[in-house]
Amino acid sequence: MAGAPLPPPAGGTGWKGLTIPLLIPAWAVVGIFMLLPVLLMVVYSFLTKEFRGGVVWDFTLAAYDQFFLNRGLFGDEPPVIEWTYISIFWRSIWQAALATLACLLVGFPTAWFIATRPAAQRTVWLFLITIPYWVNLLIRTVSLKFLIRENGPLNDSLMSLGLITDPLPLVNTNLAVQLGLFYSYLPFMVLPVYAAVERYNFALSEAAADLYAGRWTILREIVLPVVRPGIVAGCILVFVPSLGAFLAPDLLGGAKTYMIGSLIDEQFRGSQGNWPFGAAVSVVLMTMVLLVLLWQARAAARGARG
Amino acid sequence: MKGVRHYPGFLGIAVACLVVLYAPLVVVTIYSFNDSPSITTWGGFSWRWYADVFTGPEAERFGAAAWNSVTIAVLAATASTAIAVAAALAMIRGGRFRGKSATYALINLPLLVPEIVTAVATLIFFSAIGLTTGYLTILIAHITFCIPFAYLPIAARLSGIEEVYEQAARDLYATRAQAFRLVLLPLLMPGVISGYLLAFIISLDDFIITNFVKGAGMETLPTAIFGSVKQGIKPNIMAISTLMLAVSVLFVSLSYLVNRIGQKTRA
Amino acid sequence: MKKLFTTAATLALMTGAAHAEGKLSVYHWFEYIPQELVDKFEAETGIDVTIDTYDSNESMLAALKAGKMGQYDVAVPADFMVKIMADEGMLDTFTPEEMSNHGNIAPQWMDVYFDPGRKSSIPYQWGGTSFSVNRDVYQGDISSLAIIFDPPPELQGKINVLDSQNEVLILGSLYLGIPQCTTDREQLKALNDMLLEAKQHWASFGSDTSKDVLVSGDAAAGMIYNGFSAKARAEGANVEYSYPKEGHVLWMDNMVLLKDAPNRENAIKFMNFLLVPENAAAVTNYAAYTSGVSGVEPFLDEAIKNSPENNPPADATPGVFAQACDAETQKLYDAIWTNLKK
Repeated sequence: MAGAPLPPPAGGTGWKGLTIPLLIPAWAVVGIFMLLPVLLMVVYSFLTKEFRGGVVWDFTLAAYDQFFLNRGLFGDEPPVIEWTYISIFWRSIWQAALATLACLLVGFPTAWFIATRPAAQRTVWLFLITIPYWVNLLIRTVSLKFLIRENGPLNDSLMSLGLITDPLPLVNTNLAVQLGLFYSYLPFMVLPVYAAVERYNFALSEAAADLYAGRWTILREIVLPVVRPGIVAGCILVFVPSLGAFLAPDLLGGAKTYMIGSLIDEQFRGSQGNWPFGAAVSVVLMTMVLLVLLWQARAAARGARG
Repeated sequence: MKGVRHYPGFLGIAVACLVVLYAPLVVVTIYSFNDSPSITTWGGFSWRWYADVFTGPEAERFGAAAWNSVTIAVLAATASTAIAVAAALAMIRGGRFRGKSATYALINLPLLVPEIVTAVATLIFFSAIGLTTGYLTILIAHITFCIPFAYLPIAARLSGIEEVYEQAARDLYATRAQAFRLVLLPLLMPGVISGYLLAFIISLDDFIITNFVKGAGMETLPTAIFGSVKQGIKPNIMAISTLMLAVSVLFVSLSYLVNRIGQKTRA
Repeated sequence: MKKLFTTAATLALMTGAAHAEGKLSVYHWFEYIPQELVDKFEAETGIDVTIDTYDSNESMLAALKAGKMGQYDVAVPADFMVKIMADEGMLDTFTPEEMSNHGNIAPQWMDVYFDPGRKSSIPYQWGGTSFSVNRDVYQGDISSLAIIFDPPPELQGKINVLDSQNEVLILGSLYLGIPQCTTDREQLKALNDMLLEAKQHWASFGSDTSKDVLVSGDAAAGMIYNGFSAKARAEGANVEYSYPKEGHVLWMDNMVLLKDAPNRENAIKFMNFLLVPENAAAVTNYAAYTSGVSGVEPFLDEAIKNSPENNPPADATPGVFAQACDAETQKLYDAIWTNLKK
C-alpha cells in the first residue's frame, strides 16, 4: 500500500537517535504529575477506609471485597458474586460504545466532507466544529435538555409539522443520555479522523474507480484501512471519556442509576466518603481500559508490519 | 476526476452535525436576552444581563475567571501540543525501543484516569510536595491531562505520512531541523491543529480537576459558572457564554482574514 | 481590586501599622454570600477577603482532608458536618468574649447538639427540606410524605428526588416512622424495600436541578429545600411547599473557625461582622432562607419575611436535624443508598 515497500536510504529520517530526548518531556510531565498520583491511588485502594473520607494506613483487601463479593445488606451472609458493580460497569461500557458508534457514524462523513473542501476553508470548518465548546459543558447540556423537553422547541416543531401527535418523552431516557454523550464528544471524533483523511491520497480512489470499483467498495476496502489510525484515535478519545462521564448522563438521564463516573464521584465527594473503594473502582476501570488500549496498539503494530 | 471525493449524503450529515452542535447555543443566546431571572420562562427582551456581566457585583470575579480560563487554555494547549509532537516523533519515527508499550500507556494515562481520581490524587500529591494551590498548579494539571488529547490526533496523522518525504529532503542535504520544519511539519499541520484545538477545549471546559487544585480566590470560568448552579442558572451565565462565543467567532474570523491576506500577498 | 488595595494601604498608613490589615481566606458554598456584603466588610476593616468555593459538604471535607487544611480561616458546613469536623479535630474554638456580637445568636440556636454553647461556630442560615407539588397538576392533599414515597396516580413518573443520601433516607425514615441511625434489621429492610418500591414512580434524582425541574414542568412534584421552592414560586411555577405531618428535615449552615487558620483574628472579626443583624439579614435576603441571628426582622425584604415556605403553619410537625451516625451504622445506610441507585 501507500509507499511502504520503498527501501530506506542510508540516511533515514534522523529521528531514531533522538527517541529518548524527545520522550523526556512527556515522561517527566506525565510521570511526575499523573503516574505518581495514580500510584498513590493504587496504594489507597489497598488501605483501610477512614470514616467519612481519607484513609488509615492499614493494608486490607476490603475495597476489592466490596466490589466483587456480596455479603448481604448486613454483611453476615456467605459471600456470593456481587453483580451490582459489574452491572454498573456493563451499563457504562454499553452507553459509551453506543455513543462512540454514533460519533463515528456522524463524525466520519463530517470529517470527510471537511477534508474535501478547498484548503483555505478547512481550518474554518474545524473552528466551526470547536466553537460550541467555548461554552461550558454544563450550559450546553442544560440547553440541550431545554430543547428536547416535552413542551420544548423540538417537540413543538415536530408536532406542528404533523410528524408526531404526542410529544416524545426524551428527557430522563437512555436516548437523551446518548444524545448528551454524542454532543459532549463529537469533535473528539471529527478532528482526529479529519487529520487522517486529509492525508488520504485520492489517486488511490481514482485508481480503484478506474478498475470499476463502486464508491462504497472503495470507501470500505481502500479508504478505511488507510485512515484507520485516525478512526482508532477518535474512538479512544470518545469512548474513554464517555465511560467516566456523569454530567450529561445525570442531567439528561435523571441520575436514577449509577454510572462508573458517578459511582466513583460519590465515594470521594458524596456522603459515602469511601476513598479506598473509589480508588479500587478506578483501578479496575483503568486496568480494563489499559489492557484494551495495549491490545489495540499491539494489533496495530502487527498490522503495520504484516 | 471529482467523483471519488464525494459521497451522497456526506454534505447532509455535515450540515446536520452543525445544526445539532449549534441548536443549544441558539437557546443560550436567546435566553441571554431574557428579562426574567429564570432560564425556563421568557419575560421579554432585555440587555440587563450584559450590563450585569460588566458592571454587576460579580463583574470582577467573572472577568478574572474568563481571563484565567483563556490564558490557562492557551498555555496548556501550547505546552501539551509541543510535548505531544515530540513524543509522537519518537513513538512513530523512533523505531522499536524498550518500553515502547509502557510509554504508550503512560502518554494515554491522563485519559484513562477518572477525573475525580485525578483531582483528589493530584491535590494530595501537590500538598505532599509542598506546592501551594493556585494558577501554577491548575496549569500543571491542565498540561498533564491535555497531553493524550493532543497526542492521539498528531500520532495518527504522523503514522499516515511516509518517511520518504523526509528521507528525500535529507538526501538533498537538508539538516534534520530543516527537514522537520520545511517538510514534515507542514504535512503534520492538520494533526497539530486538531490536537491543539482538542487540548484547548478540554482545558477550557474542565471543572472537576480545577475545582480541587485551584487555590483560594482563584477561579476559572467553569468553577465560577458551576457556582451559579446552586441557585439555578441565571441569564447572566447565558450572557457570559454568549460573549465567549462572540470572542471565539471574532478570533476565528480574524485568523481567517489574516490567512487570506497572507495568501494574497504571497500569490 | 486596585481600589481595595488602595483602601487597605490608606488604612494601614492611618493606623501607623507597618503592614496592611491583612487577609482573610473564606471557604464557602457557591453563591451563598452577596458580594456587596464582602465589599462592605473589606471597606470597614481594610481586610482583603479571598473566597474559595465548594459545591457540597462532602467535597469540602474531601478537599480539606486531601491537603487544603491550613489554607482557610473559616468554612460553612451544615449541622451534621460541624459535628463530623469537630470530631475529626478540624475546628478551632473561641470564647464568647472574643465576639462582641456573640449575644446576637438567637437563643434557640445557642445550645445546638453539634456545638453546645457555640464555641467553634456561629449560625449562618437555616431552613427545611421536604417537598413541593405543582398545584396545576395535582390539587389533592399534600400533607403527607406519601406524595413522594407512595404517590397518587397523577404524580407517578413525574417526581424528582434530591440526589442526596442523607435527605432521601431521613425523609424515608420519617415516612415509615423509624428512628435515624437505627440498627434494627427489620426497620432497615423495610426502609430498603419501601425505597425500591417508590423508585419506580420517580422520574429523576437531582439536587442542583430540583428547582428548575419544577419550574420547567419536567417534574410535577419534588423533594426540595424551602428557600429553593420559594424561588421556584417567584419564577412563576404554581408550586406549594409542604410541611408534611410525618415531619421534615431541618438543616443549619454554620460558619466555623478552622484549625490552623492563618488569620484567626480576622476570622473572628468576620464572624462578628456576620452576627450584626443588618448583615445577617443581607445574607437572608440573598439566599431566601432564615437567619439564626436575633433582630434581623426590620432589615428583611417583605417577600422573604412573609413567604409561606419560611413560615410553617402553627400546627406543623417540627423538623429534625440529620444525625451523624457511627461508622458501623453508616455502612448500612450507605448500602441501602447504593442498592437504590444500582
